[in-house]
Amino acid sequence: MTDLNKLGLAEARDALRAGDVTSVELTEACLTAIDGAGALNAFVHHTPEIATAQAKAADARIKAGDAPAMCGLPIGIKDLFCTKGVPSQAGSRILEGFLPEYESTVSGNLLEAGAVMLGKLNMDEFAMGSSNETSVYGNAVNPWRRGNDETPLTPGGSSGGSASAVAADLCLAATGTDTGGSIRQPAALTGITGIKPTYGRCSRWGIVAFASSLDQAGPMTKSVRDAAIMLEAMCSHDPKDSTSADLPVPNFEAMLTGDISGKKIGIPAEYRMEGMPDEIETLWSQGREMLADAGAKIVDISLPQTKYALPAYNEIAPAEASSNLARYDGVRYGHRARLDQGDGITEMYEKTRAEGFGDEVKRRVMIGTYVLSAGFYDAYYNRARKVRTLIKKDFEDVFAQGIDAILTPATPSAAFGLGEASDDPVQMYLNDVFTVTVNMAGLPGIAVPAGLDAQGLPLGLQLIGRPWEEGDLLNTAYALEARAGFVAKPAKWW
Amino acid sequence: MSIDESTAARVAKLARIKVAPEQLPALAAEFNTILGFIEQLGEVDVEGVEPMTSVTPQRLKRRADVVTDGSQQPAVLANAPDAREGFFAVPKVVE
Repeated sequence: MTDLNKLGLAEARDALRAGDVTSVELTEACLTAIDGAGALNAFVHHTPEIATAQAKAADARIKAGDAPAMCGLPIGIKDLFCTKGVPSQAGSRILEGFLPEYESTVSGNLLEAGAVMLGKLNMDEFAMGSSNETSVYGNAVNPWRRGNDETPLTPGGSSGGSASAVAADLCLAATGTDTGGSIRQPAALTGITGIKPTYGRCSRWGIVAFASSLDQAGPMTKSVRDAAIMLEAMCSHDPKDSTSADLPVPNFEAMLTGDISGKKIGIPAEYRMEGMPDEIETLWSQGREMLADAGAKIVDISLPQTKYALPAYNEIAPAEASSNLARYDGVRYGHRARLDQGDGITEMYEKTRAEGFGDEVKRRVMIGTYVLSAGFYDAYYNRARKVRTLIKKDFEDVFAQGIDAILTPATPSAAFGLGEASDDPVQMYLNDVFTVTVNMAGLPGIAVPAGLDAQGLPLGLQLIGRPWEEGDLLNTAYALEARAGFVAKPAKWW
Repeated sequence: MSIDESTAARVAKLARIKVAPEQLPALAAEFNTILGFIEQLGEVDVEGVEPMTSVTPQRLKRRADVVTDGSQQPAVLANAPDAREGFFAVPKVVE
């Protein structure tokens, strides 16, 4: 077999179990691809020794007839996950040199299921960004280009390294995290699949916290089937995360029948944004037709609070971030500023945080500090939390009407050029306009590649499901994927 | 609501992030852009609406009140910028 790095999880798993290929061969193919892809800046910490050792162990397990779901499958891990003894910096200078003494629950679950870790993936600093431009490691680059135009494009963010690596076949799949769209937006901009499960499906323990009431981990993969396989391996009830759900994790892959006849798919009027490119509008209506063709019933719905999700998110997420990031004080781990004669502990905090955090992180921490400060807490933070209640109610109302899933565009545009949108923070926040509602309501959402724009760049559609019904959501996505027939790959230039 | 330079300086102080005085005007302007965006929430009628505390209607689990971990001093201190004699070391706090 050639080009083993181009396989998806399901194909590679089946080939491993059939004895057609070994994990060591798969892993070597990926390590070679990674070595040749420095221009993408996707992998930022390389762990070839760990990968090779894990691959050998996986081959032994397979030979012994003990091959769990992810056994022998080489993947990348977003830098936000703490991985024992391996740098875990959350894309930030303030965690330079930090070597966790523990493994995050999700990456631990994957390793226990036999996965092979190739290394850590680039991301926006503390997952705060939509273009991977706030990373201390520099920009991750999208393997896709506008035809023959060499302008480097963003892979999206914050899981930009994960998206770039999967789209460029540097690994079979990768982990991502999603606070306002950080799995689904980069997946859409790179032509791959990404699912954010229901809040509580994946343990947050050991994942560097950004906004704890919104953060969820999920897989970024080459197909819906791969997403089902990997999501199941990532999910678990974890006593170390008090918000992790004590619910059985279904066999998601077994739920992929492709039969969605009679399902009711909601089309929310409020997602028809002013100034939305025609191509997005066209893709969305094609998506409706595909699902109708699969036997689903298309229903117009209303989610009246949609336009308030983004501003409410931009209070709640920074507020939680300002609290979560208070831990970076230069005392217990990470960077500490060099102090001048006479500096006390306050100067240590202030200089450490000024040196360690990038501009976007500082901006969000300070906005969060402001909306939580005495005198503003009620007017800002509490109001945003009330709006959040209403946003969630919008979804509860349509689900109560019998809607099974909601179809929307995944992003308001295709991938944009690096540096083209980074001047205006509010403009950048608009990237998450279709995805952020899902985090605010704690729902599962999946981005599926559905077409190319006129410049040859991938575009994605998003499906939003009922809470805890990822299996049903994945099955609807599977039906959409089958009809979209998206097979395009970026032409290799790196 | 408009944020002036002294408010920006106060917020930076509360957040324990050192900001040079010459950076304050730009910072205040950025705050105003973002807060201007947020301010549209004022249009929403939130009368009688409970602020969300948990996005999933689950009761937080309790566990037995027993010691489950500990005796890991070397691991706890392993990443400290300055650890001495089994403790985290910081600049003098009390004169």
